[in-house]
Amino acid sequence: MSAHDEDTKDGVSRRKVLECMTWAGTGVLWTVAGGVPTSLGIMGEAAAQTTGMTFLQISDSHVGFDKPANPNALGTLEEAINKVKALPAKPSFMIHTGDITHLSKEKEFDDAQKIISQAGLDVHYVPGEHDIIDEDRGKMYLDRYGKNAKGAGWYSFDSNGVHFIGLVNVVDLKGGGLGTLGDEQLGWLENDLKGKSASAPIVVFAHIPLWVVYPAWGWGTEDGAKALELLKRFGSVTVLNGHIHQVMQKVEGNVTFHTARSTAFPQPAPGTAPSPGPMKVPDDKLRGLLGIASVTFKPGSARLAIVDQPLQG
Amino acid sequence: MQIHHVRRGVFAAALFLGLALGFAVPGAVASARAEEIEVKIDNFTFTPQKLTVKAGTTVTWINEDDIPHTIVSTGHFRSKPLDTGDKFTFTFTTPGSFQYFCGLHPHMQGSITVEATTGSLEQPRPNGESQ
Repeated sequence: MSAHDEDTKDGVSRRKVLECMTWAGTGVLWTVAGGVPTSLGIMGEAAAQTTGMTFLQISDSHVGFDKPANPNALGTLEEAINKVKALPAKPSFMIHTGDITHLSKEKEFDDAQKIISQAGLDVHYVPGEHDIIDEDRGKMYLDRYGKNAKGAGWYSFDSNGVHFIGLVNVVDLKGGGLGTLGDEQLGWLENDLKGKSASAPIVVFAHIPLWVVYPAWGWGTEDGAKALELLKRFGSVTVLNGHIHQVMQKVEGNVTFHTARSTAFPQPAPGTAPSPGPMKVPDDKLRGLLGIASVTFKPGSARLAIVDQPLQG
Repeated sequence: MQIHHVRRGVFAAALFLGLALGFAVPGAVASARAEEIEVKIDNFTFTPQKLTVKAGTTVTWINEDDIPHTIVSTGHFRSKPLDTGDKFTFTFTTPGSFQYFCGLHPHMQGSITVEATTGSLEQPRPNGESQ
């Protein structure tokens, strides 16, 4: 049993959380084999080494955000999509891990759609808490993106032998609590995984980190451990999240946790500021803190490589 | 902490708030005792976080963060998303304890205790301030 396993049993202290996190550097490729993340080098080398299925993750585009931390969030989303278009090999599809919009406004959804569709890829969405604050609390999101989804927008699909699961942990949040999946969704997940071979690679994506990153700022999912319990028997599980607007990675047994950068604005590292929220940095630093992630799966090897690519640098 | 004890123009203010927000305005006598209190939202924190007010008090939350927040008191009220500078106002007419939180960031919590009014205009407040 690793130190991580022990930590999660009794709740995680801030110090231990920070100890257990591996801070991934800019543009570094992480290959995960046998539960140990290994840095293979910078992106150029990585691209040469990887063959297999690649998909992209974008997150937290916050279309409509116009505050000093980034007066033009739509513009930086477009820069991110231009990065995607410029990739030498076309990815299979894209996932968006939520907070597409800033205030769930029709125009924000429209603007986001206009830019994201320019990538020419299928996009699989999960909502962030900013996407469900319309009058009907999520109807606008579900009308657009929830056609094949259950409940508040969760679903699964298969691609290239990998089972993908999109979860929703931003609905019906309780005072004092963290992100929540809820019993209905957990019941669905249990069913969804039934009969799946333990050797099937699993990718789970949701907006708020499924593991408890920093509870004082609400960065974690209340019942995330219940979902992970259901995933325990699988040999390769990758959990991709957003919400915290920075790259963070942790490996626990067969599970790799990874959070992606935002395309809109950075947030402080846990505990380094009085609160989370948009962080104003010098203009020439902003694009080094925004970006996308690409994830590559090599069939047969159960290896999954995640490359975080900033907009600049 | 910003607590405004409104003495002048109270009726007009209460009437205006009442009309603007669609709340019923109680009779002139009741509104003459009304107080208005402001709760600031800054750095993902409600300030003051805990409040004790008299029934009839109008509380206004103001979002001073660069991120939207909502004010939710389960079973009692739920604000629309408040962008930077937006306000939400609620008049507490019933005594009791009201816990509330931000619907987007539920680790942000606050509480308001509403005490029954005594019926006397001139009675000093428990903390020594005069009405």
